Amino acid sequence: MSGVENAPLDAEPAAIRFVEVSKSFGERKRRHLVLDRVSFSVPKGRTTVIAGGSGQGKSVILKLILGLLKPDAGQVLVGDRDIAAMGYRALQEVRMLFGVLFQGVALFDSLTVFENIALPLRERTKLSSEEIRQRVAATLDQLELTGHEEKFPAQLSGGMKKRVGLARALQLDPEIVLFDEPTTGLDPVMTREIYELFTRTQQRLGYTAVIVSHDIPQIFTLADQIILLNKGELDVFSEASRIPYSTKPKIREFARQVMGQEAREG
Amino acid sequence: MIDRSGHCIVMNQENQEQQRQPSAILRFVGGIGDQVLYVLTDLGRMGIFLYFSLVGLCKHPFRFRELVKQVGFIGAGSITVIFFTALSSGMVLGLQGYYSLHKFGAEGMLGSAVSLTLIMELGPVLTALMVAGRAGSAMCAEIGIMRISEQIDALECMAIDPFRYLISPKFLAALISVPLLTAVFDVVGILGGYLAGVKLMGVNGGAFFAGMQQSVTNHDLRLGVVKSFVFALLLVWICTGRGYFVQKIRGAGFGAESVSTVTTQAVVMSSIAVLVFDYLLTAVLL
Repeated sequence: MSGVENAPLDAEPAAIRFVEVSKSFGERKRRHLVLDRVSFSVPKGRTTVIAGGSGQGKSVILKLILGLLKPDAGQVLVGDRDIAAMGYRALQEVRMLFGVLFQGVALFDSLTVFENIALPLRERTKLSSEEIRQRVAATLDQLELTGHEEKFPAQLSGGMKKRVGLARALQLDPEIVLFDEPTTGLDPVMTREIYELFTRTQQRLGYTAVIVSHDIPQIFTLADQIILLNKGELDVFSEASRIPYSTKPKIREFARQVMGQEAREG
Repeated sequence: MIDRSGHCIVMNQENQEQQRQPSAILRFVGGIGDQVLYVLTDLGRMGIFLYFSLVGLCKHPFRFRELVKQVGFIGAGSITVIFFTALSSGMVLGLQGYYSLHKFGAEGMLGSAVSLTLIMELGPVLTALMVAGRAGSAMCAEIGIMRISEQIDALECMAIDPFRYLISPKFLAALISVPLLTAVFDVVGILGGYLAGVKLMGVNGGAFFAGMQQSVTNHDLRLGVVKSFVFALLLVWICTGRGYFVQKIRGAGFGAESVSTVTTQAVVMSSIAVLVFDYLLTAVLL
C-alpha cells in the first residue's frame, strides 16, 4: 500500500506524513475498510492534490489530518507530532496551524459574511475590534467581496460562499490549508476562477495546500504532487502524465476510467 | 448416481450453512446485548457531553452577548406560552378545587390548594414541558443542523471549543430562564385560580389569600425552585446533546431526516425525564 517509495517529492521536508494508516467504518459485521495501511507525505509549501472516486476515503484523509477522526492503526504526523496520540489541548494547538475550506463551506448561517470571516480573529486573537475590522476589510477586498459584508450565507452564490470560506480559512495565517472538494457544485467558469484564486493566495502566503477533489483531470493543473486513491490502493505522482504508468493495477484501472485515451495508451 | 451425488453435495452445503448460522435464541440474546452496549455507549457519550458543557461555563472568554440572546430566546420568547398555560391551569385548578372543596364546605382552603399545587408541582413541571417543546426542540434542531452542515467541525478546526462557544451559553441561559419562567407561571397560575374561584365562583377573596399565606412555607418554595433548576438542566442537556450527536444516534437516518427524528426524540426524552425526576424529587425532598 505504501506510496512513499514512489513519491518524487519525498526528499523535501514534509508538513504531513501518513505512516501505515488504516481506517474502517461500520459495525463489526458490516465493516468497510476505507484506508488500508496507507503511507505518503505532503511536502511543505507545495500543493498536494488527493483525487479519487466518491467514497474512496479522500475526505477521511482530511478528517484524519485534522484529528476529527482517529486511525484504527498507524500514525498521522503533522510536523513530527502524532495527531492520534494528542490530548485535547495539544490538538487545539496543532489545529491553529490549519485553515480548512469545507466541502459545504460550513459558513455559520446565522452570522453575516463579516462576522464569519472575523470569527477566528475574535475568538483566537487579542486584536482590537478596529484591527479586526481593518484586517477583514483587506481580505474582503483581496477576494473581491467588498460590499457583501452584511449579507448572510444564504444570500450568496456558490462561488461567493467558497470565497468567504477561503477568506475565513486564511484569517489566522495558517501554515497548511486543506480544501475539501472546493469546486463541487460550481460551473466551469467559476471553477477556473477558484483555481486562479488558490494559485494567487498560495503564491502570496506560501502555505502548504492539500486539495481533495474528484475534478479530474482539471485539478491536476494545480498540483505539485498527486495522490490517487482507488478501492483501498494509493499511489503518489509528481505529475499527471505519470499516472498511467502506475505499478498499482487499481490505480491504472481508475486512470483508464477517468482520464480517457491518454491513460488507455499508457 | 451423478444426480444423486450432486443432490447430496447440495444438501451438505445447506447443512453446513445452517450450522454456521447462529440459532434464533443466540441472535435474540446477541441483539439484546448489542442494544445494551449501544445504550451504555450513548449514556457515556451524554455524560461526557454534560461534563464538557459545564466546564465550558468556566472557560474564558465567556460569551456574555450570546448568553443574553439565549435568555431572550428561551426566557422572554416563552413568556406568552407560559402565561396562557399558567392562566388556563390556574383557572381549571380554581374551578376543580372549588367543586371538590365545596362538597366538604371547605371553599376557604381553595387558595391553599391552588397555590401549593402550582408551586410544588404544576409550575415547575408544566414550565419545563413548555420550554422543552418550544425552545428545547429549536436548540436541538439548530445544533443538529450545525453538526450535519460541518459548522461544528469548522469550529473545532479553528481551535474554537464548541462547548464554550455554542453549548455552555445555552446551559446557563436555561438555568437562568426556567426558574424565572416557573416563578411567572406560579404567579399567573395563582391569579387564574383567584379569577375562577373568587371572581367567578364567589369564594371569599380574603380567605383565598389567607389560606395561601398560611399553607405555603419556605420549604414548598424551595422544592419548586430545586425542581425548576433540575428540570432546566435535564431539558437543555438532553436537547443540545441529541443535536450534537445527531450523526451517532442509531436509526435516526441521515441529513434533514436525522435532525427531525432526533428533535422529536429530544423533546420526548426530556419530557419523560422531567416527569420521572418530578416524582423522584418529590419523593426525596417532600
